[in-house]
Amino acid sequence: MTKEECRKLVIDIISDIVTTVKPDVRLRDQLQLDSMDFLDIVMELRKRHGIEVPEADYMQLASLDSCAEYLTPKFQAKA
Amino acid sequence: MKHTRIVITGIGLTAPNGNNLAEFRQNLLNGVSGIGMTEVRYMGQWPAGLCKFDPLKHQKKKDVRIGTRAGSISIYCAREAVADSGIALEARDKSRIGVYLGITEHGNVETENEVYNISQFKYDTKFWTHHHNPRTVANSPAGEVSLNLGTTGPAYTIGAACAAGNMGLIHAAQMLRLDEVDLAIAGGVSESPQTFGIFAGFKSQNALASHADPTKASRPFDKARNGIVISEGGCIYTLERLDDALARGAKIYGEIAGYCVNSDATDYVLPNPERQAQCVEKALINARMTVDDIDIVNTHATSTPQGDIQECHAIAAAFSKRKEPAAINNTKSFIGHCMGAAGALELAGNLPSFDDLVVHPTINVDELDPQCDIPGLVINQPRSVKRVDAILNNSFGMLGINSTLIIKRYRT
Repeated sequence: MTKEECRKLVIDIISDIVTTVKPDVRLRDQLQLDSMDFLDIVMELRKRHGIEVPEADYMQLASLDSCAEYLTPKFQAKA
Repeated sequence: MKHTRIVITGIGLTAPNGNNLAEFRQNLLNGVSGIGMTEVRYMGQWPAGLCKFDPLKHQKKKDVRIGTRAGSISIYCAREAVADSGIALEARDKSRIGVYLGITEHGNVETENEVYNISQFKYDTKFWTHHHNPRTVANSPAGEVSLNLGTTGPAYTIGAACAAGNMGLIHAAQMLRLDEVDLAIAGGVSESPQTFGIFAGFKSQNALASHADPTKASRPFDKARNGIVISEGGCIYTLERLDDALARGAKIYGEIAGYCVNSDATDYVLPNPERQAQCVEKALINARMTVDDIDIVNTHATSTPQGDIQECHAIAAAFSKRKEPAAINNTKSFIGHCMGAAGALELAGNLPSFDDLVVHPTINVDELDPQCDIPGLVINQPRSVKRVDAILNNSFGMLGINSTLIIKRYRT
C-alpha cells in the first residue's frame, strides 16, 4: 500500500459524505466536517478495512496528506 | 379555548402515486395505483408503496446520510408546503412557528438496519453507528424539519398509531387557538416500508396483503381483500389563524370545522365500531354540524377482512339519520396504508373536491363485500356531485385510538 493508494481509499470514504476533496487543505475546513463526520470516517475505516483509529489520534485525520501519513503504515501492517 | 377560525393555506406531500397535490389528485381520479413489489429483508417480494421524490431537492447529501427516511419525507413535504403557502419564512419570527408531525412509529427502521449491520460483524457492537440515538428519538422527523427550516418554535411528533395524520392537524389547530404559535407546519409521515418488522408483524397477524398484481393488493371493501399494503409517505400542511391568512392574502384550501379523538379501551388491535361511531358523532358536535352537512366521508378502511366491516358498521350507525347518503370513498386502495401519513394524505386527496365537485373513488372493488355495502360508496369510478361543502376524514389506529377530522369549505 502506497500513500497515494491510501489517499484514494480515504477519498472513497469521504466521497460518501461530499463530492470533491482538495489534497492539502484541512479536511475539516474544506468539507465543514463536524465531530460526527470524523466518527463516520473512523467507523468506515473500521468496517471497510479493519483499521482502528484511537480517539487520541483523530487529529491525524485532519487533512488528506496527514491521513495518508498516518494510515499508510497501518494498511501496510495489515497487508 | 377560543374558537378561533383555523385554515389550511399550503400543502406539501409525497405519496406512492404522486409528489405534489396536482399529480396525486390526477392519479386518484384516473385510478392510478402507486403500489409495486418490493424486496423486504428476510421476507422476499411483497406489495408496498414507495415514494419517488428527490430528497436532494431540499437537503444536502450529508444531511440525507445522517438523518432518517422519515426525516427526508418530512423535510420534502414541509418545504413544499411552505412554498405552496407563499409564506416567506425568512421574514417570520421563527420562534412562533410550530412543527407537529403525526407518526405511527419511529425508530424501527434505524434499529433494524443497525442490528443487521452488526450481524455482518459477528454482532460486535463497536460497529453500531453513533447516529443511532439522534435517528431514533421519537421527535426525530420533526426535529429534522426544524433543523432544515431553521424554525425555533416547538417541533415534535405525536405518536398515535394510524390515527396520527389527523392528529398532526388537530394538534396544530389547538396550538394556534392557544396562541402558542402563529404558523403551524403539521401533518403526518411514515417510513414504515423500510422495516421488515412491520411486514412480519402484519403477516403473523394474518393481516398482510398479498396479490400477484401489486396494484390490486390494496382492495378495501372487496370480497377478496386479504390485508394491508404497507406504504410510506408524508403530507404536511401550513395552518394559520384565519385573520393572519386573510391579512397576507393567502390561498385557503379549507377550514378546520371540528374534530374528535377518542379511545376504544377494548383491545390492542381489534377496532371498536361503537367507539368509532362515537368519534364521528363527537366530531360533528365539535363542528356544530349534523350528518346532513357532510358531503364526503373518507374511510380509514385498510383492506383487512374484519376492520373494513367494522368501520362500515360504524359509518352506517353514525350516518343512519341522514336522508341522502354522503359520498363515501377510500384512498388506501391507491396508495396502501401510509401509516402515520395516512390521515393527512387521504384528506389532501379529497380537498380538491371543494373546487371540482368530483369525488375520487375507491378502486379494486371487483366484488363488493355485502357486509361493506353501505349507501354512498363511490366505487371504481369518480363521481360528480352537486355539493361539496364538508369532508369528514377518519383515521383509526392500534391500541384503540380513533381520530375524526372535519374540514369545511372556506366561506367569509
